Amino acid sequence: MNDIWAGLASAFWLIVTLDPDLVEITLRSLRVSLSALLIAALIALPFGTWLAVRRFRFRRATIAVLNALMGLPPVVVGLIVYLLLSRSGPFGVLGLLFTPTAMIIAQVIIITPLIASITHQAMRELWAEYHDLLISLNTSNWQRIRTLIFDGRRALLTAALAGFGRAIGEVGAIMIVGGNIDHATRVLTTAIALETGKGDFALALGLGFVLIALALLVNFAIHVLSRTEREGRW
Amino acid sequence: MQMTATLDGASVKRRGKTILGPITHDLAPGGITIVLGPNGAGKTTFLKVLHGVERLSAGQVAWSVPAAEAQKSQSYVFQSPIMLRRTVAQNLAYPLQLTGTPKAQIQTKVQSWAAKIGLADALDTSAPRLSGGEKQKLALGRALIRDPKVVFLDEPCANLDGRSTKEFEALLITAKSAGTRIIMTTHDLGQAKRLAEDVIFLLGGQIVEAGPAPAFFADPQTAQARAFLKGDIVE
Ligand SMILES: Nc1ncnc2c1ncn2[C@@H]1O[C@H](COP(=O)(O)OP(=O)(O)O)[C@@H](O)[C@H]1O
Ligand SMILES: [Mg+2]
Repeated sequence: MNDIWAGLASAFWLIVTLDPDLVEITLRSLRVSLSALLIAALIALPFGTWLAVRRFRFRRATIAVLNALMGLPPVVVGLIVYLLLSRSGPFGVLGLLFTPTAMIIAQVIIITPLIASITHQAMRELWAEYHDLLISLNTSNWQRIRTLIFDGRRALLTAALAGFGRAIGEVGAIMIVGGNIDHATRVLTTAIALETGKGDFALALGLGFVLIALALLVNFAIHVLSRTEREGRW
Repeated sequence: MQMTATLDGASVKRRGKTILGPITHDLAPGGITIVLGPNGAGKTTFLKVLHGVERLSAGQVAWSVPAAEAQKSQSYVFQSPIMLRRTVAQNLAYPLQLTGTPKAQIQTKVQSWAAKIGLADALDTSAPRLSGGEKQKLALGRALIRDPKVVFLDEPCANLDGRSTKEFEALLITAKSAGTRIIMTTHDLGQAKRLAEDVIFLLGGQIVEAGPAPAFFADPQTAQARAFLKGDIVE
């Protein structure tokens, strides 16, 4: 018990004094996960919307694949990305293994299906509502997708939030492809795993609090954002 | 130039049941056509077939211009108005944005149409929050803002009170005078008599009677039309 109390106290101290290690690791975590979110959103939002709008032959199969990909264990994604980026792999020459870029790639693969799937479900509803009007107005596919994305932006924000939550809290894949190298690829989750293993609960707990705070902050921001939008313009 | 349409054996089947046609008919060339008939007669389906958004099971519909051009110069007001989750102004602007109209021009058109439909003070209101009647008027404004050659309206006054209906009809008559072809369904026989120049009477997916309105109302040729006009239940 004493260990934990002592850990809590020094964790608090680390945060209040803005411990350089803690700040560095937090910023790297944010940079990696936000980059992954940006890339994943650019792919998943239009793709999920397109799936809702477009009827094509393998639509059902595509959706099934998407849902299956959503359940991919991050560790396996890490393994595959590792194999692709390793020196003897097809992209070995790029020298990306054990860099933040490799971690971003892994996270993009993990959260893109999730964001696309949530997007698809929300957009299907909106499309059902708009369908007749947009068909009647002779809209192109691209115009339909843009309209749905714009008018469904609150649902899309939720999808993005879910993606970010998954990315920032993910440990298995980035551990493998990033290597948890100090001052290079160490992020919140991998650092927590390491420090816990070493028995340094102070830093581990401090990092844990930051992680929880980040998650809460993002949720809160989204909540405020969607409420002001509702009240201001609706 | 007026756009005219010809239906040639057009029919719509859904789940093995024929819900419209086969219909072979030449649409009257101009003015206001009112489509009458009891619930389930196929009025909505008929309008959608003419607009080209309902898949035909057989036959065809040909407008006097190529199909792509025909649909571009038409607009449709749905039985229950579809509001974009945006402001009134953005709803009005939407069809113009689709065709790449310059911003300044959109601005002036939106202002003038908002005034015409009595929503000038509600430009920044969220469209889904409007009352049923206001939604219908917005749907009409949004349909007319592109200066279509043909407008389809599916029971547009079902939710309107007397005064709103009057304003709505005035807008339709103005549009007609400006050369817009209007094809509309209604449940309100009074409205049909006020507006119609031409009537199409549908029953069980078939055109039972069609022709100039004065003759139809004064002296219907079929027993079904006579019964319908008398207010009897026809099936
Ligand atoms: N998608 C559909 N599938 C099956 N039946 C339909 C469908 N759409 C319409 N119907 C049927 O077709 C008939 C005509 O419908 P509709 O054109 O909406 O009539 P109206 O507008 O005159 O009330 C109705 O009996 C209706 O139940
Ligand atoms: Mg109907």
